[in-house]
Amino acid sequence: MLQIDAITKTYQGTPAVRDASFTVARGELVCLLGPSGCGKSTLLRIISGLTDCDSGSVRIEGVDMTATQANRRPTAMVFQSHALWSHMSVAQNVGFGLRVRGLPKAEIAAKTAAVLDLVGLQAFAKRLPAELSGGQAQRVALARCLVVEPKVLLMDEPFSALDAHLRKGLREELKALQGRLDLTTIFVTHDQEEAMELADRIVVMQGGRVEQVGPPGVLYQNPSTLGVAQFIGAMNTCTTTLRQGAADWYGLDLRLPLPDGEVALLCRPEDVYPDAKGAAARVTRVIDLGPVTKVTLMTEAGDLLTWTCPRDQAPDLGRVLTLLPRRLHAFRNGALIGLAQSPLPAQTAGAPA
Amino acid sequence: MKRTYFGGLILLVSMGLAMLGPIITVILWAFAVKWRYPHLLPTEWGMKYWFAMLGRETVITPILTSLALTSIATTTAALICWPAAYAFARLKFPGRQLLLFSFIAAQAVPKFALFVSIAVIFLKLGLVGNFWGVVVVQMLSAVLFMIWIPTAAFRGIPPALEEAAFDLGASRLRVFLFITLPQAMPALAASYVLAFVSILFEVDSALLIGAPTVTTMPLLLMSLSAQVIVQEAAVLCVLIWVPCFVLLLLSRRFMTARGIAQGFGA
Repeated sequence: MLQIDAITKTYQGTPAVRDASFTVARGELVCLLGPSGCGKSTLLRIISGLTDCDSGSVRIEGVDMTATQANRRPTAMVFQSHALWSHMSVAQNVGFGLRVRGLPKAEIAAKTAAVLDLVGLQAFAKRLPAELSGGQAQRVALARCLVVEPKVLLMDEPFSALDAHLRKGLREELKALQGRLDLTTIFVTHDQEEAMELADRIVVMQGGRVEQVGPPGVLYQNPSTLGVAQFIGAMNTCTTTLRQGAADWYGLDLRLPLPDGEVALLCRPEDVYPDAKGAAARVTRVIDLGPVTKVTLMTEAGDLLTWTCPRDQAPDLGRVLTLLPRRLHAFRNGALIGLAQSPLPAQTAGAPA
Repeated sequence: MKRTYFGGLILLVSMGLAMLGPIITVILWAFAVKWRYPHLLPTEWGMKYWFAMLGRETVITPILTSLALTSIATTTAALICWPAAYAFARLKFPGRQLLLFSFIAAQAVPKFALFVSIAVIFLKLGLVGNFWGVVVVQMLSAVLFMIWIPTAAFRGIPPALEEAAFDLGASRLRVFLFITLPQAMPALAASYVLAFVSILFEVDSALLIGAPTVTTMPLLLMSLSAQVIVQEAAVLCVLIWVPCFVLLLLSRRFMTARGIAQGFGA
């Protein structure tokens, strides 16, 4: 449906997007996720045609659109600032795309009414944008795009200016609508929770590069780069050196059958478990989050370690626990070199030569 | 609990008097036939001086000249300056800031000196004492309003508004007509009114370039104020004030972006 191939864009010598490639299937919702300044919005604007790229290509349904102006592309974009035209009513805003296509008035009115019905704002047709709430304005902005029946819907952080509660509601509404209309959608966000909840697949971007593409669960369980691992979800990061198949993990010699050298060992807070043979750390903070309890511990070397445990297992403050990792991701130079399942301390493995 | 702010009330009344007082006095004089000290109001009312003034060709001609001159100069200035303002706001070209600043720099030069040097050039071109010569020189007094206010207005329009329209399939021209222009219209209307009024009341350039063949209303007013008949000057004052007032009232319609959108049938 949509193919992004080797897009590169440089702003006055600073690369904004570097060699970005991915594809989107028909009816798929893909999130571009990354910290601010990672080039995700620039990439979205390149897809819309509002920004041109230095090299690479954008193809929609097999047709090369790279040289096509934004007003001739079958895409429509919802802006973060909603960008409604304050001098036009809601109905005029929504009907604008049809009006510039030269449709007869009756048809514009019918289609506008139908789309406003779809987003639940039929009663607001005569209002001015200034008379709408933030959520309503963003729904009008969405309706304005839907009415022209775009082949690809582009959304640039559309909900990030709204409060958390409203954002969640709109997210569910969008997901339902997108599924019902079978809309091919690219959604830009810096909020990983939003991306995890919405996306069929996530494109994680960092420093202008596409780091990893995959379904939310895969990105969480099997991050392929250090950047993705640290950006999506929380991680306990321990930087150490591997020597003869063993590495120091928070003061504990762990057996890891990996080549020697510098290594970053990452472990999710929920993948930590108490074990008599584990690394010792003192409980410094216990936060009851409701469904789980977040426990912060400090090792003898002064490193901080987080463990999320079931509520009934929450330890007392000041207690010394011994912990082991269930799944340990090892990265070298930013790339994954190994994933260890329940690695054991070197001594108990009984292999000191 | 209710409190009356006497201080505020006194301030309001005195400010109102200070602003409206002179206008009221002029209007009273225009309709007064006899008004002598110590009477607070005219003792005899009438349109006597109106008929006298409007019956004179030496009065009618400058009024028509002024209105034609001001309309042409303001409108032409708008047609030249507004697109220039859009360019200043939206396009990046070398020397943009310097050029924009030069419009202010030109204003810092004493106007009279500027007009004298222009008059020297115009004399060679045969534009002195010529209606079009005055139009050109009057346009200069409009440039500041017509460039700076619209530039600020165009700059104040979020680019996303234009991008959204372009993205939805509108051509660049349509984006400008349907989105940019209506959004900027309140400021454009304000700049037009300010320029119109400043040109209408401009004396120096009209005197230097236009005299003696082209006489404008302010020039006529100057010549009348040398005489002793207060009523004649008052009538002329009201005559000058009326078109400005009407324009201000009309511009109120454009001061809302929505008004102009309806004008375009949006």
